[in-house]
Amino acid sequence: MLVLVTTADGGIDKVSLQAMTLGSTVAAGGPVHALLIGDGSDDQSLAAELGEWGAAQVHVASHPALAAFAPDAMARIVDDLAVSLDADVVVGAGTEAGNTVMARAAARAGLPFAANCTAVNPGSPVTVTRLRWGGSLLEEAVIHAGRAMLTVAPHAVTATPTGGTAVVEVFTPQLDDADLAVRVVGRVPAATGGVSLAEARVVVTGGRGVGSAAGFAPVVDLAGLLGAAVGCSRAVTISGWRPHTEQVGQTGTKIAPDLYVAAGVSGATQHMAGCSGAKRVLAINKDAEAPIMSAADYAVIGDLHEVLPAISAEIRRRRGA
Amino acid sequence: MRVLVCVKRVPAVAGRITLTEDGRAIDIRYLGFAIGPHEECAVEQAVRLVEEHGGESVVLTLGPAEAVEQLRDAMAIGVSRAIHLVTGGEEWDPESTASAIVDAIREDEAGSGPFDVLLLGNEAGDTGGYQVAVRVGRALGRPVVTGVKGMAVADGVVRSEQEAEGGRDVYEIPLPAVVGVLEGINLPRYPSVPGRIRARSKPVAASSPARPDQRLEMVRLVVPEGAVKQAAILGTGASAAAAVVDMFDSIGVL
Ligand SMILES: Cc1cc2nc3c(=O)[nH]c(=O)nc-3n(C[C@H](O)[C@H](O)[C@H](O)COP(=O)(O)OP(=O)(O)OC[C@H]3O[C@@H](n4cnc5c(N)ncnc54)[C@H](O)[C@@H]3O)c2cc1C
Ligand SMILES: Nc1ncnc2c1ncn2[C@@H]1O[C@H](COP(=O)(O)O)[C@@H](O)[C@H]1O
Repeated sequence: MLVLVTTADGGIDKVSLQAMTLGSTVAAGGPVHALLIGDGSDDQSLAAELGEWGAAQVHVASHPALAAFAPDAMARIVDDLAVSLDADVVVGAGTEAGNTVMARAAARAGLPFAANCTAVNPGSPVTVTRLRWGGSLLEEAVIHAGRAMLTVAPHAVTATPTGGTAVVEVFTPQLDDADLAVRVVGRVPAATGGVSLAEARVVVTGGRGVGSAAGFAPVVDLAGLLGAAVGCSRAVTISGWRPHTEQVGQTGTKIAPDLYVAAGVSGATQHMAGCSGAKRVLAINKDAEAPIMSAADYAVIGDLHEVLPAISAEIRRRRGA
Repeated sequence: MRVLVCVKRVPAVAGRITLTEDGRAIDIRYLGFAIGPHEECAVEQAVRLVEEHGGESVVLTLGPAEAVEQLRDAMAIGVSRAIHLVTGGEEWDPESTASAIVDAIREDEAGSGPFDVLLLGNEAGDTGGYQVAVRVGRALGRPVVTGVKGMAVADGVVRSEQEAEGGRDVYEIPLPAVVGVLEGINLPRYPSVPGRIRARSKPVAASSPARPDQRLEMVRLVVPEGAVKQAAILGTGASAAAAVVDMFDSIGVL
């Protein structure tokens, strides 16, 4: 069992820890090898941490060229180590980075690759359950190969510390110029300001029912009062009413707020795939039969252009403004 | 510039997904079809690249006879011609899909010269395999960038941007190159009526590749249980406002 661990923000990324837990479960007592790739700056302290998450041995691939993300180089390191360990299963994180590196490692090795698995049954062959449609559908699949290459879907597994210690081994991977042809060469800083949609505690979303770009005024007003992020559906972005950065769903942003207010949204599976992590959902819709009603905790039946301003007015009245 | 864009026909599911009796496919009897949002943006990107640099764009799909509908949609917004790898409707895993696409690219390039850019979706709308772009690039020995939300081509180099913590990461790779596109890279245009009419007479080259053994073999589909809720109705119209604000207050978001 080999687990590729990736980092984010100078720490081990959360989904990689979930991959560690899945790896430990699947290994069922067998040794779990973890692979950490970097330029050597803070890799060793991170490597030591991985013992707590079930790694028996941590392989730290350290190379100055790996200061910048270089997915083909990482894929080569994964593939080379999997071969030298003769790993039966290689698990990565189902993040953009984890999926691209594992797909590249599989392509290199001429192996199949199963992205975003929620469960893995070891054996020969290995079988998996994986996400389709951003999680609205599950697929049970058989991996016909001597080595199963897969990633774990974000938040499908709860990362659980095992409290062990790991042997850490640092090595210099073999890399050629070709492995480094694709790499990050620069950074464009994000425009700052506003509440981050992915992290927001409250999100107020408008769907096609809002009717126009100008129609978003009451959505934005209520979001402002609640310190919430503004969201929208794909029907809205493809109409050009709001930017894609505000789209919630399978091909937009995945959110997990305490409260999700969805006004004029029908509740298509691909939209709901983005907000299934919301603790509470309030649907505002003029159609009492809209599919979103069976995914909502609270509902108001009515025209959002009457309901939203009335809610905002009530909040202002109570705040004495 | 020659640009190829790959698209996949998928059912336009909206509400809860219903499966066929054997649990091996989505019940498509009442559904329309579409291509995924990432691919719609990839098609738009292909058309824009040719508008900017001149040349030719080609759309390719591996799918059933009916998938010609998705090829016509792409040609309606400006793609010049199409390649249709016709299947009997059964699923192809990402590995065999990529290898059929690679064969088709080699054949087209033998007659018409190399493609400068291959555009694919970052992941297919239905199966979400996250790998065809990478496999195609690897087989052809061309660099691949995935997760792309911004791109420009100049002086034989593709500069592409990928969302990252606190900003965007930039990649620069030489042509010919492969790009896995995400929705948001552009706002796709709607086809015009004349565009649709022109699309009807644009050429579609069809062939039927053989389906190899599937190494990522789907056995069964399952609709996840997902708690079906019964929403508490807080009221109707503007008169519901007080109850809504009470609820906000009770859950501590006011
Ligand atoms: C592969 C794929 C990926 C996709 N990814 C996404 C995604 O990431 N995010 C996403 O959102 N969609 C996504 N979609 C699209 C999705 O299938 C739906 O088309 C979309 O979510 C519908 O948006 P909507 O609910 O705003 O519009 P509609 O479905 O048209 O619903 C509008 C709703 O507003 C209500 N309404 C109308 N007027 C009013 C009013 N005045 N007051 C109150 N209610 C009113 C109506 O009753 C209706 O319920 C994807 C589709 C595919 C195929
Ligand atoms: N059957 C197909 N025909 C044409 N292109 C495809 C097909 N399947 C996948 N692709 C392309 O590969 C991308 C990624 O698919 P996947 O790796 O399977 O998620 C898709 O967005 C398409 O651009």
